[in-house]
Order: sequence, then C-alpha cells, then structure tokens
Amino acid sequence: MLLYAFTWTEFAQQLAAGIREGAIYAGLALALVIIYRSTRVINFAQGEMATFTTFIAWSLMNHGLSFWTAFPVVLVIAFAGGVAIERVLIRPVENAPVLTIVIITLGLALLLNGLMSVIWGGANRQFNGPFSTRTIDVGSVPISVQDIGIVAVSVGLVVLLALFFRFTKLGLALRAAAVNPESSRLAGIRVGWMLALGWGIAAVLGAVAGMMIAPVVFLDPNMMQTILLYAFAAAVLGGLDSPIGAVVGGILLGVTITLLGRYVGFIGSTLKLPAALLLILVLLLVRPGGLFGRVAVRRV
Amino acid sequence: MRAKLWLELTGFALLTLIVAALPRFVSDFRARELAIVGMYFIALLGLSILTGYSGQISLGHGAFMAIGGYTTAILSVDGIYGHQIRDLWTIPIAGVIAGLAGLLVGVPALRLSGLYLALITFGIAVSFPQLPKKFDHFLGGTTGKILNLAEPPYGLHTTTNNWIYYLTWGIALVLLLAAWLLVRGKAGRALQAIRDSEVAAASSGISLARYKTLAFGISAFYAGVAGSLYAIANAYVNPDVFPIILSVYLVVGLAVGGLDSLVGLIAGAGLIYFLQNHADTVARWINHVPALNLDPKQPGIPSMVFGVVLIVVMLLLPTGAGGLMRRVFGPLTSRLYTRS
Repeated sequence: MLLYAFTWTEFAQQLAAGIREGAIYAGLALALVIIYRSTRVINFAQGEMATFTTFIAWSLMNHGLSFWTAFPVVLVIAFAGGVAIERVLIRPVENAPVLTIVIITLGLALLLNGLMSVIWGGANRQFNGPFSTRTIDVGSVPISVQDIGIVAVSVGLVVLLALFFRFTKLGLALRAAAVNPESSRLAGIRVGWMLALGWGIAAVLGAVAGMMIAPVVFLDPNMMQTILLYAFAAAVLGGLDSPIGAVVGGILLGVTITLLGRYVGFIGSTLKLPAALLLILVLLLVRPGGLFGRVAVRRV
Repeated sequence: MRAKLWLELTGFALLTLIVAALPRFVSDFRARELAIVGMYFIALLGLSILTGYSGQISLGHGAFMAIGGYTTAILSVDGIYGHQIRDLWTIPIAGVIAGLAGLLVGVPALRLSGLYLALITFGIAVSFPQLPKKFDHFLGGTTGKILNLAEPPYGLHTTTNNWIYYLTWGIALVLLLAAWLLVRGKAGRALQAIRDSEVAAASSGISLARYKTLAFGISAFYAGVAGSLYAIANAYVNPDVFPIILSVYLVVGLAVGGLDSLVGLIAGAGLIYFLQNHADTVARWINHVPALNLDPKQPGIPSMVFGVVLIVVMLLLPTGAGGLMRRVFGPLTSRLYTRS
C-alpha cells in the first residue's frame, strides 16, 4: 500500500501537520463537549458560530487593527454572542425533546451561514494570521512556525480552561450544574446562567479555533463545515462527556487521518472523512461511550 | 374507537380525491412542483416511522435517497449485463436496495443511542457524496449519469409532468396507507413502546433488535423510493442532486410536519420544497416590514430565510403542523368518539 518513497523526515512533517489539524479539531470538539455536558445537546451551529466570529476578526483587521489587538475583542464578542444565543434560542426549549433543540441549532447554523454570505459575500478571503509560514528546523525536521503557533495557542487555551474548571469557584459551579442540576440549584447555583456561561465559553473556543485555522485554509462562510464534522468525530471518539477525551480524540484523529490520507493510496484525500467515520463507528461498537466516556446504566 | 377509524378513512378518501383532481386546476409546471413535494412526502413518511415512531434520530436519509436514485440511474442507463430496465420497474428495486442498506446501518445502530446515532448517520450523509467521486467508472463521478427522459407509458395521453405527478402521488398514497397500517398494528405499537421506554418494552417481551432494525429498513425503503422518483423526474443524478443538506432538510420537514403525524408531513414536505425554491418570495414578503430592504436574489438569503423559519416554527409550534391540527380538531373529534 505504500505508494511513495518513505522517509522519516517526511513522516515527521506529516505527524506535525496531523497534530496541527488535531489541535483545531480538539478546540472545536472541546466546545461541543462543554455544551453537551451541561445541556445534553450537540450544537450543530458551532462551526458557523466560529466562522462568524472569524469574519468579525477579519473585518476588524481590515480596519487596521493588528491580529493581537483584534483577538481579545473578538473573544469578548464571541462570549457575549454565545450567552445571547443560549438566552434567546435555547432557554425557551430547555425541556423539549432532543430533536427540537437539535433542529433549532441546525436552523441557527443555516441562519448564520446565510447571514455571512449576505454581509461578507461568499468569496474566499485571505486571512493574515499572527504566525509566519516560514519553517524552522526542529531536530533536522523542517516544521512551519505557524503549525507550532497553532498547537501552542490551542494547548495553552486547554490548560487555561482546565485550571478554570479545577481551581475557581465559578468553574466548580459550572461542573456541578452539568453533573447534577437539581442539587446544584438547591445549593444556590444559578443553573440557568451556568448553561448560558457554558455556551459563552464554547463560543470563545470556537472563535479561537476559527482564527487559528483561517490562515491555513481560506476564509469563507463554509470554512468550518468539514472541520466541524471532524470535531464531532473527535468528540465521539473521546467520549461526548469527557473534556480530556475531546482533546485526546482530536489530536488522535488529526494524526490518524493525515497519515492515512498520505500513506494509504486507496484512501487518498477523497475517502478521508468516510474512513475516519468508519473508525469511529467500529470504536463505538466496542466501547459505546468512546475512549474516556462513561456509559450510563439504565434504570427503569 | 370505531368512529376514529371511519374519520381517518374518510380523511384518506378526501385526500385521494384532492390529489386526483388537483392537476386539473394548476399549470403543468405546478404539477411538476407538486410531484417533487410528493417525493419529499414519501421520504418523510419513512423518516417518521424511524424517528417519530421508533425514536431513532437519523440525519442521513439523504444518503438513502441517493442510493435509490443511483440504483435507478444505473439500472436504467447501464442495465444488468447490458439489459436496460424500464425506469418504472427500477422504483421497487431502488426501494429494496436502499432498504437493505438501511438494515445494514440499523444493525450497528442498535448499539448507539440518541445523539451518537444522529452523529453517525450524519456522517453517512456527509460521506456519501464522496463515493461517486471515488468510484467514478461505476457511479459517474461528479458529472453523474444522464437518464432517459421520463415519458408517459404507451396509450396514456398526458404530459410528462402530469405523468410524474400521478406516478409520485399514486405511490405516495399507497405508501401512506401502508405506513398507517403499520403504525396502528402490532409493529407500530411495539415501535412506540420502544420509543417511550426501551427497558419497559424489552421487559414486555418486545425484541428491540428486531423492531429497531426493521424500522431502519422500512424507513430506508421509503427514502429509496423517493430518491428513485427524484432521479426519474430530474433525468440525471450526480452528487449535487442529493446534497448533504438534503438530509438536514428532511429532518426539518419532519419536525415541521409533526413527528408522528403522517398527514401533517405533507405540510413539512411542502415547506422543504417551498423554502428551497421560493425563498426569494419569502424575502419579498419580509421586505414589507419597514426599514428592511433585502435583495431577494442575493445568495445566502434562502439559507437565512430557511434558518429563521425553522427556529420560529420550533419555538412556536414544537409539535409541528400535526400537533396544531390535533389541537384544533381534537376537541371536535373527541366528542365524536365518546358519543359512539
């Protein structure tokens, strides 16, 4: 099956590219998991939300702001947007069947996608990232600064988030509201607002993922659609209710599909996604909760 | 309950009359549009059996439609061993092939529940358009396959569009009747029991594996028939004829029509067609709101309108058109039952 001459240098480069891809999937998968843990809903609009905020970043940079000044502004906008979406669209149907909420997020995805075409047009746009694309040698393997930067930002964000959930009172309240809403309410936690906060954090994660990937691919309204699918796959791979699982699943998936696409001739670039999904399906049949997730025992 | 049965049968007869008479009052082009609505209706019937009655979410029914469409294309263009099959006879074959694919998906689906199933089926929807690109000698690649133009059978003096209309709605009514018989019989009760509580259903001796896979198979059969008709009406198939978003639209139509209301699904099917092809009309209506000035022809407007309608419908009518019908007619008809 090896079609091309194999060199360890190229393998290392592919590995690095895989980790960079995986870091993006991990960011978006983490956003999905955070919303899933607290509301038991998969947010199909996560990709469109991320692209939308990336477009805002693009507009700000077009008006002369540098990337690193636009970055925090966009994060604040993303957070506010995420909270607002939860308050306005999700809260009224909080107790509705899963399908209702899934459809509302699908509607939101369509709405945001159309809105982006209307405001910014459907054309591809160059998005100038903060990192240069020149390569540096890491142990005789040339790797681009951009890849290293993307991975560093993603890992940094995950660490920050882990610290927030582990060591702050608010983080504890968020976790409590996700695990046991009734008891949390009795303990004085405002569960409704915790859910909104979860959506805000997820929107921020998506915005970061969008701004990191936009320099690599071109920016257009459909930029995140395939990436969102890989993020779904990553989240399922790691277990939908495990944040660590999302990160590990994302990296694992990124590396696996990059290597499969490069070295297995039959898969190539067209069958990458089906191959990834087949892997996930097989994994789910063996471990229905994913790698790190827990399977609930059903009681009558 | 006898009164309810008569009521439903009368409703069905009335629907048949309307369907039969409608082409006399509308133009040829409208008949074609209505035929396509009928195809969505068939697919939605299948999805309703799966999602509405047995509670398994599928975001991949567009792929089953595509399987049906491609089966028809291959059988009527390439044929088997060079022997081409008339498009009409490929319809049941397309249904069966799609149904078998559904059974195949239904088996792993037993181990997956709720959102996991939604994600995996969505994965199927997304993966499918890649297959014709990969196996292009067999499936025609991105250009796809051109079918022979549909013609009314010999001896029938009517236009092609009217023929497709009657063909589609004839099949739709038969399949509606079949679905109605299915859901009010033993299998339907079993499926609803599974939807409401799997554990309780299993304890009452219902075989979860059998009924859940069966629901997948039947549902995919419906989708395959719909896809086959769609291919015949379009006279060509390629990956863009069955786009990924089609699967999403079907779920949307199901939710708007009402999950477990078979007749309400006509409204859902109509909405899918209308919003896909006439979103600019909706945009023109919206322009009557002061201070709004949308360009109806701008790309992005259809998808925006679709999204907004979807969200508004879900917020205002969580049970869909079927639920609304029940709320309006329920008080009238329930009095009928108690008197009898």
